[in-house]
Amino acid sequence: MSAPSRPGTAPGTAPSRTVSGGLLDPRQLIASLPDAARKLDPRGMVRNPVMFVVEVGALLTTAFACRGPSVFAWVITVWLWLTVLFATLSEAVAEGRGKAQAETLRRTKTATVARRLVDWRPRAAEVAEEEVPAAELRLGDRVVVEAGQVIPGDGDVVEGVASVDESAITGESAPVIRESGGDRSAVTGGTKVLSDRIVVKITSRPGETFIDRMIALVEGAARQKTPNEIALNILLASLTVIFLLAVVTLQPFAIYARAEQSIVVLVALVVALIPTTIGALLSAIGIAGMDRLVQRNVLALSGRAVEAAGDVNTLLLDKTGTITFGNRQAAEFLPVGGTAVEELADAAQLSSLADETPEGRSVVVLAKETYGLRARDEGELGGARFVPFTARTRMSGVDIGGRQVRKGAASAVAEWVAGHGGRSGADVQAVVDRISQEGGTPLVVAEHTGAAARVLGVIHLKDVVKHGMRERFEELRRMGIRTIMITGDNPLTARAIADEAGVDDFLAEAAPEDKMALIRREQAGGKLVAMTGDGTNDAPALAQADVGVAMNTGTSAAKEAGNMVDLDSNPTKLIEIVEIGKQLLITRGALTTFSIANDVAKYFAIIPAMFAVVHPGLEKLNVMRLHSPTSAIASAIIFNALIIVALIPLALRGVRYRPSSAADLLGRNIRVYGLGGLVLPFLGIKLIDLVVQFVPGLR
Amino acid sequence: MSGTLAGWLQIVALVAALALTYRPLGDAIAHVLTTPRHLRAERLVYRLAGVDGDADQRWSAYLRGVLAFSAVSVLFLYGFLRLQSCLPLSLGRPPMPADQSFNTAASFVTNTNWQSYSGESTLGHLVQMAGLAVQNFVSAAVGIAVVAALIRGFTRTGTDRVGNFWVDLTRIVLRVLLPLAFVFAIVLVAGGVIQNFHGVETVPTIAGGHQSVIGGPVASQEVIKELGTNGGGFYNANSSHPFENPNAFTNWLEIYLLLAIAFALPRTFGRMAGDHRQGYAIVAVMALIWAASVAIVTVNELHGVSSRAGHAAGGMAEGKEQRLGVWASALFAAATTLTSTGAIDSAHDSYSPFGGGMTIFNMMLGEIAPGGTGSGLYGMLVLAVIAVFVAGLMVGRTPEYLGKKLRGREMKFASLYILTTPAVVLAGAGLAMARPGERAGMLNPGPHGFSEVLYAFTSAGNNNGSAFAGLSVDTAWYNTVLGLAMLFGRFLPMVFVLALAGSLAGQAPVPVTAGTLPTHRPQFVGLLTAVVLIVVGLTYFPALSLGPLAEGLQ
Repeated sequence: MSAPSRPGTAPGTAPSRTVSGGLLDPRQLIASLPDAARKLDPRGMVRNPVMFVVEVGALLTTAFACRGPSVFAWVITVWLWLTVLFATLSEAVAEGRGKAQAETLRRTKTATVARRLVDWRPRAAEVAEEEVPAAELRLGDRVVVEAGQVIPGDGDVVEGVASVDESAITGESAPVIRESGGDRSAVTGGTKVLSDRIVVKITSRPGETFIDRMIALVEGAARQKTPNEIALNILLASLTVIFLLAVVTLQPFAIYARAEQSIVVLVALVVALIPTTIGALLSAIGIAGMDRLVQRNVLALSGRAVEAAGDVNTLLLDKTGTITFGNRQAAEFLPVGGTAVEELADAAQLSSLADETPEGRSVVVLAKETYGLRARDEGELGGARFVPFTARTRMSGVDIGGRQVRKGAASAVAEWVAGHGGRSGADVQAVVDRISQEGGTPLVVAEHTGAAARVLGVIHLKDVVKHGMRERFEELRRMGIRTIMITGDNPLTARAIADEAGVDDFLAEAAPEDKMALIRREQAGGKLVAMTGDGTNDAPALAQADVGVAMNTGTSAAKEAGNMVDLDSNPTKLIEIVEIGKQLLITRGALTTFSIANDVAKYFAIIPAMFAVVHPGLEKLNVMRLHSPTSAIASAIIFNALIIVALIPLALRGVRYRPSSAADLLGRNIRVYGLGGLVLPFLGIKLIDLVVQFVPGLR
Repeated sequence: MSGTLAGWLQIVALVAALALTYRPLGDAIAHVLTTPRHLRAERLVYRLAGVDGDADQRWSAYLRGVLAFSAVSVLFLYGFLRLQSCLPLSLGRPPMPADQSFNTAASFVTNTNWQSYSGESTLGHLVQMAGLAVQNFVSAAVGIAVVAALIRGFTRTGTDRVGNFWVDLTRIVLRVLLPLAFVFAIVLVAGGVIQNFHGVETVPTIAGGHQSVIGGPVASQEVIKELGTNGGGFYNANSSHPFENPNAFTNWLEIYLLLAIAFALPRTFGRMAGDHRQGYAIVAVMALIWAASVAIVTVNELHGVSSRAGHAAGGMAEGKEQRLGVWASALFAAATTLTSTGAIDSAHDSYSPFGGGMTIFNMMLGEIAPGGTGSGLYGMLVLAVIAVFVAGLMVGRTPEYLGKKLRGREMKFASLYILTTPAVVLAGAGLAMARPGERAGMLNPGPHGFSEVLYAFTSAGNNNGSAFAGLSVDTAWYNTVLGLAMLFGRFLPMVFVLALAGSLAGQAPVPVTAGTLPTHRPQFVGLLTAVVLIVVGLTYFPALSLGPLAEGLQ
């Protein structure tokens, strides 16, 4: 598993997003060894009570093995140390993957020189500039960046427009446009201006830039324990104490039974019983969860946010771009009043030729694809005068000689027709209403050729729902997550699209404050809300939501407000984020269950080994028919250590997750990790025993 | 009627009777715990005690109430026992020694009813009635009050109030325990249990010798001994004494009484939580474990026979009353160790190794199937919290139970709860086994002797109160250490339960969705049962392997 290659990805290909991770490269294990050894420091280890107990146990057995050396004592001692080492190794490997990514990011941080503007004012003609190292930039400084230069720090474009190569962060090599004002004004330090010149107002302190934060995140330096991790740690610590007690008090019982146990055996029993598997892998699971997000080009600014994602009850999805393609497309020509459909298509195409909006282009495409009408060049139409769309007229069109063609909003066109001596009939209104009801946008096409103007027909513009969305929402419903579509459309249109996409609810004619109110309402009912957003006016809602995913293309206000940033700016990814959050929790729960279930087999190995000498009847508990007491205890400890290494890939990859109801999920995980955890160690310990019984000294 | 048929009939009748009372009794208790109306008698009690009956308490105030009330009870009972010679109806008995008085006071206040004394030869009637029987009522009521607070923790939202301890205590005694005790005491008297104020009488025996027989207000104490899962007998022989338990019917009734409230409380829980299915799930787990335990004890007593005499008698007859037989004794033994009752109608010490081992394991479960009055349900609910936590993670959400999230704070209290009793039991038994003087108290050598010590601390730590017998426990050391074990085993868990209640009550509820772990289905019943068995099994397996297992696997 290598870090996704970021810069230098071939144009047009998405960055590597394999989440396999299961193929753990042995070299990676070896490379992480030095880090793993460093983590053996008990001062750091004490944060993990389970493994701390193992380490103390290993120290104890080392002391006893030195005083009274025996093969058995040394075998146990070595494997106890290996148990601790495997735990630190899993953490080091998980962190190691982030380190590779951090290296790539660091390279973009090479010392840049910023051209700071002194006393910049908007539209000032001539401004003095000075060169300072990027690290010395302060909040509010204005810098100028020109084609070929690297943007020295995070900020907002305050003047100009430029194409920017952001592949250093997003892995996407296609340049993006950044311009002053609006929602596309944020630029990130370390990205490169490809053309033109912009003035950027710096919005981050040195050392706290987006790239700095990314590096800290992927390295795990800023990692704090998440609420669920803390709760689980408490449970594990308490189980550890219980088992410690059970073993410590066993000695007086054993002495009474004339079967006093050596410290080595007692330590082995403690280590076998306390939940070492989950204790060893817990932090690796957390780091890997964050890492899985990074591999999908999502940066979670806290582990808490990733966990919250698993708990989300309500998803707020923007209609445009998430549920539907970003724009409406012409789907149908509906002639009225005896007009031939070809005539309508022709007129519609004519009026749209100069219309560079996606809607306009889709009219031309539909006319060509359905009626074979070739798109004519403007030059072919002698003396054509194109009338552009304005917000006031709400129409566009073309004048060719005496012929005027207009297309636009129904009421605007009706007014225009009336103004030119014509009349827009009830049949037009009927078609317009029907399209509106179905959630489409009607564009009325009318013509004026000297006589009274007349309506030719209606173009049906439709929001096209992205493929597979219905199934996605179905899955979410099974997971217990409600989806709410947010749109600026009127309720009628919104309902039609909501029905088609299969969302649970919708918020029509949504203003930013409506969104905010909706989030508050959901949260008041105890629900956790996730949303995506990019604009500055989304910022308050992003901050209010439990999981706020800001698009990387969005404003820096939005990125500040959210607790995750999607570098690909793909709002659909919210669904994947939820799944990763759930997978993280499931992995922890599954390995905890596995770890505890393992204990049963270990008892059947160790207890007869300890006491069958004085109570021969207990040999009946040796159901695995292990070779000897020493080989039995050694096998249990070796299994206990090896299972950690064996499960590192699972911890890093996360357990398999398929969206389904809680009951089904639980049933499956109990079967695999509960029953599996019960049975597997019986086999594993037996197999190890078959080997170690040949070790001299363990016979 | 053959023993087998009679045995089956008893079990079927018992299950039927418990099923019949599940709803009405559970609903009645729920009503008592939730109604805003006070009875006139209750108002009077509040006025006398200076309590505002309409005030709700924070969990900490509720806890202070529990602890203060119990502390006063211990002191009062201690004084009573020490001063009994100066009081009427003492039958001329001397004061109880200090260490034994402490042990007895702790024992009855903690609902344990461990008895290191012999009732008929140590105590007068007044102490039995006004000292011990009163604690039988109120210690049972304290248990129900604490579980009421925990249930309110689940059902209330966004508040720091979990109810009023004094109101709960008063109402449970006046409206639940007293009326039931009154009715069933009469039934017991009708069944042959004695109720009088006779002193010691000397009667001639068939063999021509003489025997001292003591009468007393037995039925009134017997009924609450079972109903409140107390277990402290009027007589040393407890329910194997014919004055306490004369025949098969009273034996059956006593089993029913000691199970009735504990098995009905899940209904109370379901009703208060507004979802009866939650109650059914909990009662199903209790019933599963109970049925398995009854089966194991009975089968081992019938067939796990190790002696030739046993084969001749058709079962392990030693230590069992001939008039009750193996079936009824085994049923009683399983029920009394699975509730925190600890009454006995046979000597558990004489059971087969696995049968006797099962009675120890029953107590080790933490008295949750169905457990003591109140304490059984709160113990089970805390284990449910643990089960929901692990299972909840496995469905990919922050675990939630009844709409309340289980986070660090909740897990802290639940973890401390499951940690406490094993710590008390194992540390106590470990200490005793490490001291040659205390080891000498064992009657038997080998693993059986160890089982006697393990049983004693398991019984005290889990507030059961039954004894394996065979261990001389009336020594200053055992009286003191077992007394402390009972106090820690009772009140530390209560601290954690009430803290958990407070933490849950303060939460806003989480809505239930398809992604929420369902806690009312057979799946959850199975899971919770497995968690109970595995957590307990893993904790005590090493100790059990040196006691009953070593003995049984000869």
